[in-house]
Amino acid sequence: MRPFERQSPIIFLGIILLSLGLPHVATAQDPTPSDDEVNAIAKQLYCPVCENVPLDACGTQACIQWRGIIRDKLAEGWTEDEIKQYFVDQYGDRVLAEPPRRGLNWLAYIVPPAAFLAGVYLLYKGFQTWKTPSADHASPQESVSKTTAADDKYISRLEEELRNR
Amino acid sequence: MAADIGFGSLFITLIVALYGVGAAIYGERNKDNMWVDSARNAMLLTFPLLTISVASLIYLLVTDQYQIAYVARVSSRSMPVYLKVAALWGSQAGSLVFWSWLLAAFASAVTLRKWDRERDLLPWVIVVSLGTLAFFLVMNIFFENPFAKLWQTAQRVVIAMTAPENALPLVPRDGQGLNPLLRHPGMVIHPPMQYLGFVAFIIPYAFAMASLITGRADDSWIRITRKWTLWAWLFLSLGLVLGMRWAYDVLGWGGYWGWDPVEISAFMPWLTGTAFLHSVMIQEKRVMFKQWNMVLIILTYDLVIFGTFLTRSGVLSSVHSFAQSAIGPLFFVFIALTLTASLGLVLYRWDDLKSKNSLKSFFSREALFLLNNLLFLGILVASFWGVIFPLISELATGQKVTVGPPFYERATAPLFGGLMLLMGVAPLAAWGYSSWKTLNRSLVKPFFASLTVIPVTFALGIWQPWYAVLAFWLIGFVITVTICEFWRGSMSRARRFDENFFAALWQLVKRHRRRYGGYIIHLSMILMALGILGIEVFQAETQGTIAQGESLQLGVYSMTYERLDNFDTDDGRNLARAMVSVSKNGKEVGKLYPRRDYFYDSQQFVTIPGVRSTLADDFYVILIDWKPISQAGATFKIYHNPLVKWMWIGAWVFTFGILVAAWPEKKPHSPRQTRIRS
Amino acid sequence: MKKVLIWGGLAILLVILALGLNKSQQGQVSVGQPAPDFALTSFDGEEYHLADLQGKVVVINFWASWCTSCKPEAVDLENAWRNYQGEVVFLGVDYVDTEPEAKAYLAEFDITYPNGPDKRTKISQAYRVQGVPETFIIDKSGTIAHVQIGPFYSYDEIIYIIEPLLTE
Repeated sequence: MRPFERQSPIIFLGIILLSLGLPHVATAQDPTPSDDEVNAIAKQLYCPVCENVPLDACGTQACIQWRGIIRDKLAEGWTEDEIKQYFVDQYGDRVLAEPPRRGLNWLAYIVPPAAFLAGVYLLYKGFQTWKTPSADHASPQESVSKTTAADDKYISRLEEELRNR
Repeated sequence: MAADIGFGSLFITLIVALYGVGAAIYGERNKDNMWVDSARNAMLLTFPLLTISVASLIYLLVTDQYQIAYVARVSSRSMPVYLKVAALWGSQAGSLVFWSWLLAAFASAVTLRKWDRERDLLPWVIVVSLGTLAFFLVMNIFFENPFAKLWQTAQRVVIAMTAPENALPLVPRDGQGLNPLLRHPGMVIHPPMQYLGFVAFIIPYAFAMASLITGRADDSWIRITRKWTLWAWLFLSLGLVLGMRWAYDVLGWGGYWGWDPVEISAFMPWLTGTAFLHSVMIQEKRVMFKQWNMVLIILTYDLVIFGTFLTRSGVLSSVHSFAQSAIGPLFFVFIALTLTASLGLVLYRWDDLKSKNSLKSFFSREALFLLNNLLFLGILVASFWGVIFPLISELATGQKVTVGPPFYERATAPLFGGLMLLMGVAPLAAWGYSSWKTLNRSLVKPFFASLTVIPVTFALGIWQPWYAVLAFWLIGFVITVTICEFWRGSMSRARRFDENFFAALWQLVKRHRRRYGGYIIHLSMILMALGILGIEVFQAETQGTIAQGESLQLGVYSMTYERLDNFDTDDGRNLARAMVSVSKNGKEVGKLYPRRDYFYDSQQFVTIPGVRSTLADDFYVILIDWKPISQAGATFKIYHNPLVKWMWIGAWVFTFGILVAAWPEKKPHSPRQTRIRS
Repeated sequence: MKKVLIWGGLAILLVILALGLNKSQQGQVSVGQPAPDFALTSFDGEEYHLADLQGKVVVINFWASWCTSCKPEAVDLENAWRNYQGEVVFLGVDYVDTEPEAKAYLAEFDITYPNGPDKRTKISQAYRVQGVPETFIIDKSGTIAHVQIGPFYSYDEIIYIIEPLLTE
């Protein structure tokens, strides 16, 4: 295996240590956006170097630099949406936590609920065909006076079920 | 030497497995029991043979034989012995051998049972189990050989079983060591649990296939494999929970589940498996929906294979993925064969499996079970689609997309909510004749009782978001209903048989273990839901760089950075360990030691959080960075995770529930017995 | 009808898996294949189209400022570029990187050949790059002549590969 960053991103944690003292000295005197403000946006982004790990939790050097960009842009007064759009323009749609809602991507959003509704429909149709006319009132329990204590009914039902087992 | 023994044993097992498949088919064709018995012996033989392979590999790992390429990759001298053993499943080749070994163990165990009445199923159970085993062995022998050695030729390093021409053995002084993320007690048990769960599902699947092939339309396959399925489900569930716990303790991002494709592919068979456990009850009680149960068990097994394929073939990239390997195409052929064969068989026997389905009411237990199945499959479809969609998108448009947590949360949360509601309602519905009226009557009391949860949440200051309040109520509702079930059952027994309450409870549970074990499992799920709700909805976090003596605030908590120790350990790590003190409402409640471990052998870092865990909340501190020169400032990220401990408590309750439901009966005298006791 | 749907669904699933598998097994574009065309806008704002560079040997180097193993080869690449005085085109494609750090990297190693960001990772996807550094050397006819996975270890190594391409 090649010692590539993408395959073993954790190696890069090492670089964090080495480079920590250096970056963002210039922005230090500005009203620097807090780590929390940066993380709030980073949380919603995914860096291709760190697949499936949100940017705020990824420790690779690339991700540290990305968070630096967020910080810089925030300091310049960019809004959250502008920053997200900047990342999309730079690195493609995959930086977003979800596919953008357009074109083929609608399929991602439509299929699960559509499949579920189809399931509901099939089950409903099934219920209708399986439903037997021998209605609810055929059960012996129903003939029991309504004033009977619920507990007694529970026992009889329990017993009945146990017999059926 | 040990390597040759191990490899030879693998090879012999493959031959034995192939022979077993052939003998079983031949014996079945010619109605010759001798051949079937021979096949059965072949199946029993695979386990000791693979045990030799596994033992050889463990021996190689423990004795630091770094000429073995696999050992050099996953082990190192500084690792403690238990980790060297665990390195058996530390990477692709070893974990495949381990998988085959577990498969052989399960298959042998099931072969040992009495086969009086279901002898016709035996040959086909053997064919399916040994066929699968043979496939995994082929992968091991021809593509991912854990016993291959390193050789140095004039030009390059070669990995092979025997010395190539003009090559000298290459024996590295030390190995690269196990991936540090795996060097954690949770990771030592998480993969074996997960594999046990995966592998165990082959048993019900093999029986289902056997009964399809033989055309037995009765439910003997379900009866025989009922306990197996429960155990498989226990292992699979524990595998998932241990994975969550490991993520929470080691990955250091304050969470436990990231909707990563590999996590999802372990979760998908759990979904169908859980649906299956419910729907088989309809078949057992009312002899209905045979086709559906077949479909569910096939789906479960195929999802296991599918998940393994996704993880190991390199189709998906994920933190869990094994390094890209050559087994992809072979695995694809296997998965295509399995899917086609299972589907073909079900469709072929479709009419034989027809059952007269009749539902007397929409509110009967069986109808509600069907609803439960619908919800589980709804979650499955959303999960499956989320995993597969990026693949489709990239193939169709060349555009890579991420399908992340927000997608899954939105798609599955309402369905999980529906399942919780069902957990509250379904236990009150009777088989067959329940009507809205009867159901309603038993619902009224617990419903109103559970409404008290709402003022309590308000009193605790939780008004927002509305769905959290709703979820808290649902949790209260299910707990009320479940406890009522225990209460009413025990009370009625106590009155009827004049027992004291606890004796009655004991007898009740003992006599109806599956039912009450099931309720305990419901409770455990609800406890886990409580934990999930707490961390998902109410998690708070903050991050900051502070000097020693300074503090970070998060809600009522404050954390003060006291000092940092930087030192080497004798197992090859360099630790940077911060000491912080945690105060709640200004009162100190304890000290935490978040740390970062640097592993010299693999040159990697692992972040281990410091966690203060109580029933109410977890205070979770990660040491993100520190300044090595002055050691004055350090960056911490802190999380406040309410209620998350209930997830782990739920996991214990869950295990207890399964033990109640699945523990072997004491006196299995007659074959009838197993049928009565459910 | 139902059966057709079921088998159709299975077939579609298998085809998707097969295609996905094929893609993951493919690896980089390989020697002998025509080099995929692309447009690169350099950090200085110049535009480069591979198609316009027909008849020249082109070296495309994928790198990133966060990539440690890119650093040793940076100087060698720059020296090779200087050696050929524009006779060979060098293009640096900056993969998933941030601009300030990328520019600092270029300044640090005094890199003077054109470099630009891989916008929306289009170029790296076209070349099916699997990590950085990777270098593709294209001959005068626009065919991939060499694929370097991982860094070059010396200046001579680069020259040794380029020389024969110039005389073709």
